[in-house]
Amino acid sequence: MPVRVRVPTPLRRFTAGTDEVPADGDSIKAVIEDLERRHPGMRERLLDEKGDLRRFVNIYLNGDDIRFLNQLNSKVKDGDDISIVPAIAGGR
Amino acid sequence: MATTSRSSLRLPADANQDIVPTPRAASVLDLVGNTPLLEVTRLTEGLLHPGVRIFAKLEGFNPGGSVKDRPARKMIELGLARGDLRPGKVILDSTSGNTGIALAMVGAAIGYPVELVMASNVSQERKKIIEAFGAKPIYSDPLEGSDGAIVLCRKIIADNPERYFKPDQYNNEANPLAHFEGTGPEIWRQTQGAVTHFVAGIGTGGTIMGTGRYLRSRDPDIQIIAVEPDDPMHGLEGLKHMASSIMPGIYHEAELNDKIQVSTEDAYEMVYALGQAEGMLVGQSSGAAMVAALRVARRLRQGCVVTVFSDFGDKYLSTNLWIGWQEWRRDRLQQLLNKWNEPASATT
Repeated sequence: MPVRVRVPTPLRRFTAGTDEVPADGDSIKAVIEDLERRHPGMRERLLDEKGDLRRFVNIYLNGDDIRFLNQLNSKVKDGDDISIVPAIAGGR
Repeated sequence: MATTSRSSLRLPADANQDIVPTPRAASVLDLVGNTPLLEVTRLTEGLLHPGVRIFAKLEGFNPGGSVKDRPARKMIELGLARGDLRPGKVILDSTSGNTGIALAMVGAAIGYPVELVMASNVSQERKKIIEAFGAKPIYSDPLEGSDGAIVLCRKIIADNPERYFKPDQYNNEANPLAHFEGTGPEIWRQTQGAVTHFVAGIGTGGTIMGTGRYLRSRDPDIQIIAVEPDDPMHGLEGLKHMASSIMPGIYHEAELNDKIQVSTEDAYEMVYALGQAEGMLVGQSSGAAMVAALRVARRLRQGCVVTVFSDFGDKYLSTNLWIGWQEWRRDRLQQLLNKWNEPASATT
């Protein structure tokens, strides 16, 4: 199922500079796996070695933080909006 | 883990012998700087050669709560002296937090309005503190990070250039100058000239450039070592991954002896370790600084490593820094210490 994924600046080196990319999957986890297939290197920036969401990465599904939904197993449907947002803004 | 340290508990009577009189100030701005230097002992117990010590400059003791009080005060001071900042003008800058708090504090103390552009994902505490000082926050797209705030700030000024005074911490030489005149001499005095290595995180580069220049002016052999996140995608608020960022004009990498990259995870765990093993609750950039200071110190047989803890940790309690920390605690601390206890390599 195609969804729209908004990509933050630090990850755009994997998407040829694009700030929004399509991806497929019926859960956040599946979407991340699809992002990795299309843009190798993304997965490692989002998930730790145990496959959990890195603490400093926030993912929003239609505006809701997936930590308050069903985490990586949150269900995704056609046309959903997903935003990847680093927990901080960098710089001082 | 050992339960004693080199600086064992002192009785109040002993502590009073070297106490410094509490300053009385006419303005909160007079209380910026002269922060204490803390030796980190319990966390490093058994990890260092006997002739090696690590000290942290506790910048959270500044009245605005961070190292950024220093450049904020200096930039405003010079702006007023040069006439760039004058009645009717608004102080405007882009900041992810601590500089915003510092500018808001300075603005309140001298009676100038302050507006601050920041990515909307900076911590709630910071936004509220800034508002409490009477400053106006302007939010930029969180997906664009601090560079997005810089770009939006430039646009706001371009639309109305006469209205604003922009301290511009990334390009204002008053930023490193504040550290050349303050942080550097303080560290020199506090270590009685014994400092051999200065380790500090880079956000604008102001701290490491200014402090480094001063320390080198006293002893050219002092090693100046910067700390940055190991990846552009990181969670170390206040620090910049330079290669992937807009390069600050005040930052000159050629003046560094070395640059150490620290992972967000290691920095976060160091924050927990400092809290539980030293009684120091600091922010994540201080955790990163401590990881790097420990790496530097582990390579030495003799030396005095000084790092900077840019602020305390209370502004980050609502942030991702504390996600999942309950699972961490003591057993993890031991694993972490073991990891850092891998054999020291160099012999400097």
